[in-house]
Amino acid sequence: MFERRLIFHVDWLLIAALLMVVGIGIAMIYSTTYVIVGDGGHAGPQVKTQAYALVLGLIALAICLAIDYRVLAEHSLVIFGGLIALLLFVLFKGSTQFNATRWIEVGPFNLQPSEFARMTLALLLAMFFGENRRGARNLTDLAIGGMFTAVPILLIAKQPDLGTAVTLIPVFFGVAYLAGMRLRLLGVIALIAVLMAPLAWQFALKDYQKTRITTFLDPEQDPRGDGYQQIQARITVGSGGLTGKGFMNGTQGLYKFLPVAHNDFIFSVLAEERGFIGVLGVLGLYLFVILRSLEASRLAKDRLGAYLVAGIIAGFTFQVIYNIAMSAGLAPVKGITLPLMSYGGSSLIASLAAFGLILNVRMRRFTN
Amino acid sequence: MASIIQPDDRRHLGTRLSVMQYFIAGIFALLAIGFWVFQVAQHQKFSVMADNNHLRRLPLPAPRGVLFDRHGDLLVDNQSMFNIAVVREQTGNLDTTLRVLSEATGVPEPQLHETMSRRRGEPKYRPMVLIENATFEQVVAARARQWELPGVFSQQVPTRKYLSDDMAAHLFGYVSEVNEAQLARPEYEGLEAGAKVGQAGVEQAYNRLLMGTDGDRAVVVNSVGREIQEVPDGLTDPIEGKRLQLTIDKDVQRATEEGFRHFGYNGAAVILDPNSGEVLSLVSLPAYDPNKFAMGIDLATWRSLNEDKLKPLQNRALQGRYSPGSTFKIAVAVAGLEEGVVTPNTTVFCPGGANFYGRFFKCHLAGGHGTVDMRHAIEKSCNTYFYTVGNMLGVDRIHKWASALGLGERSGIDLPNEIRGIMPSTEWKLRTTGEKWYAGETISVSIGQGQVSVTPLSLAIMMMTVANGGTRYTPHVLKATKEGNQEWKPVPPPPPQSVARMKPSTIDALHEGLWMVINAAGTGGRGKIVGYNVAGKTGTAQVVSNQGKAGAARSGMDVRDHGWFVFFAPHDKPEIAGVIFAEHAEHGYLGAPIAKFAMETYFAKKEGRPLPSIDKPAGPPVAIAAANQPEAQERAASAARQVRQ
Repeated sequence: MFERRLIFHVDWLLIAALLMVVGIGIAMIYSTTYVIVGDGGHAGPQVKTQAYALVLGLIALAICLAIDYRVLAEHSLVIFGGLIALLLFVLFKGSTQFNATRWIEVGPFNLQPSEFARMTLALLLAMFFGENRRGARNLTDLAIGGMFTAVPILLIAKQPDLGTAVTLIPVFFGVAYLAGMRLRLLGVIALIAVLMAPLAWQFALKDYQKTRITTFLDPEQDPRGDGYQQIQARITVGSGGLTGKGFMNGTQGLYKFLPVAHNDFIFSVLAEERGFIGVLGVLGLYLFVILRSLEASRLAKDRLGAYLVAGIIAGFTFQVIYNIAMSAGLAPVKGITLPLMSYGGSSLIASLAAFGLILNVRMRRFTN
Repeated sequence: MASIIQPDDRRHLGTRLSVMQYFIAGIFALLAIGFWVFQVAQHQKFSVMADNNHLRRLPLPAPRGVLFDRHGDLLVDNQSMFNIAVVREQTGNLDTTLRVLSEATGVPEPQLHETMSRRRGEPKYRPMVLIENATFEQVVAARARQWELPGVFSQQVPTRKYLSDDMAAHLFGYVSEVNEAQLARPEYEGLEAGAKVGQAGVEQAYNRLLMGTDGDRAVVVNSVGREIQEVPDGLTDPIEGKRLQLTIDKDVQRATEEGFRHFGYNGAAVILDPNSGEVLSLVSLPAYDPNKFAMGIDLATWRSLNEDKLKPLQNRALQGRYSPGSTFKIAVAVAGLEEGVVTPNTTVFCPGGANFYGRFFKCHLAGGHGTVDMRHAIEKSCNTYFYTVGNMLGVDRIHKWASALGLGERSGIDLPNEIRGIMPSTEWKLRTTGEKWYAGETISVSIGQGQVSVTPLSLAIMMMTVANGGTRYTPHVLKATKEGNQEWKPVPPPPPQSVARMKPSTIDALHEGLWMVINAAGTGGRGKIVGYNVAGKTGTAQVVSNQGKAGAARSGMDVRDHGWFVFFAPHDKPEIAGVIFAEHAEHGYLGAPIAKFAMETYFAKKEGRPLPSIDKPAGPPVAIAAANQPEAQERAASAARQVRQ
């Protein structure tokens, strides 16, 4: 199945960019989780965990690269079913941390199935639009695709983890758009979403979610409470200046003014310690990863491959943009992590596995 | 619905991918612009905010300057105490913080709230002291619950330590937090709310010298306000305030106060060096404990001090106004001799009183003093003689000389809130009442009654001026200052208020007459110190007029007269002068032993002898005891008379 010559078509440049981003992420995690003891200190346990996750992630990447994506796509419904089963298992038997039930305990590890939802969904939708419904893109198809998307969204939102759930929506739109969904239709859906917003506000959103939105609009209204993170995020980013305070010299994350800095706000810490120049560098790396991946979509030998890449990269891009905007206080605080950089084993493994699929599509562009 | 894209229409796919790529690149560009705005355009603002977040400047209050007496003995020192303070900016829920702090320290929650609301207006980043002078247990308890008390910390601060509970309380004054009215005044410019300033006495008068310069210490704190580390080079040492050497003699001061306590009087005393105006001792009783203020006085104590009928906060020496009684005869004598209306040898026959303007004015000795000259009139305190002299002078010439001696004037002492007595004149009466002066009024004034009123300090000034022959030095308590390790720098004495050089004959007559008061047949025998030629005069200040006494007594007022004793010694070459004001002592001579004890202490110290103790007076105790005998009887008789009235 794996032909030797395929090695030559592996996109090493993309892999190098991915590794650079992950490496920068680990450095930032080291800086923010450093435990001060007297005059010295030591690295936080998160660094080691993330390094292990990188190893596991590279293995996952290799596996997703090795198996022909067409083979995977043929089994996409089964894989999708497996995901739904895991999500259901989480709901009933998952482990609870921070008032949310998102994890399955696997020996010493906590596995977060929702992180794998994006690639699984992308695979299913690419298969559905690219193979099963060749050419035909009517409303029924969109509705079916939408329903496939809605199931994991609802299950994940129920955990509750609205942040991760939301990232599935761009996966659907990414595939649907590339598959030819008319912009007018996108517009209509967007319009419906806007019209539904007040209803959602009234009935669907929980109080803490509402306050997150109101404090985003006016952070000063409660600088000690919900607005706090946003103000602190801006202070963190703004105080970095052009060149930054230097590695390990940031104060905002180290002294815990910015909560979960190694997780949701890792990019703020990067901005603080590496300044605007560091920000431009990492933004450039992410943009390179995204555009390079979209090139893989363009080069794909079939629509399945093109759609698969588009779905994965749409979810990824949404996460990146949202998290980076949030890390500068430009978007409401949501539990959306920065893929590849934020601390989180499942997230890193899932992200690398997803890029395994993208590399897979590019690598097999000449095979039949 | 018709198909939109034909199968394998790569052109459409490519277009849509390009749209996605440009769209995403556009958003990344917007993000970059957003970061540029925060990180480059608004960097300064956020940089300051970040520093405010994690850097805390802990004020290091400067110790106030230490006070020494004229011989270099320590009078007022500093000690340290613990304060528990809060930085409101770093607390989560303020109410919770106060509740936990109250639980930990046992300080009632409402009290913490009260402190907090009193200082609501201060910036939130500045530490606000919630508990002053916290006990060690309170500090430990608060630290143990540090994680529940973000932004709360304890600090060690210097505070005033007055050596004994209430010695010279009014002279030293006290320190407490600067109030809002003071902050608005220019002399307190640059102070922050919560700063400790002098509120009375030397502490207030020389507040600027004593305050020093606060330092601070920069520390890195985390988001719950816990100190992580010191900031290198973040320490600015506080600079101690200037050390002051006072003109006070600690032993004379203590002796004067002991005298009052021993004989059981409240009152006031001022003892001066008549050749310079340096204050050796300044007493006002009852006093308060200035240490209580330094430690942060509680409301109940403050209220009781404020509402006490005995007015412990009032500095009677500078702020009490009383009738001078017979001590005023000294001023009349000076006026009469200097104006030339009488000579020392002018005699008056005293049959026990005299008629003036159709009214009989009594002398205190019903049988009369017979024929007396100036010296004997002073010795015996003969009213008739001074009625006569006063009548010859008229009120304005009495006013002129009384003022020259400092009566009815401010002395200009370097202590705050001195008030003026009243020395009537025709002009004064016209100005205050719109009525003309009646010559008959002068007769009462001549013996220190009527509208004349004086502060104890001004009588001390009178005695100083009489003692030195007419120079009204400005009394002062500051002798020298010392900054850091520099040498003591003497403070030049203030210029005299006025100089009225008296005739030698006047000085001789007065000094002799006043010497006779103590050493011959006068009323001041209890002030006698063998070998030191004390000169003096007693006086009685009526609390209410004789007519009003019964009524006032029924209303529960203490109507017993006040006793005056003014003095200087030695009479031919005076080096110490002063006044004892014994509240409700009824007789001036009862204050004399207090003056005597103070003077004995002064002379013993000067000559290097062991200091006397109040229970075993120096000098020949037998003679004094014998001399006391008839006077004690007289006192009993006088008390009996009082009751009959």
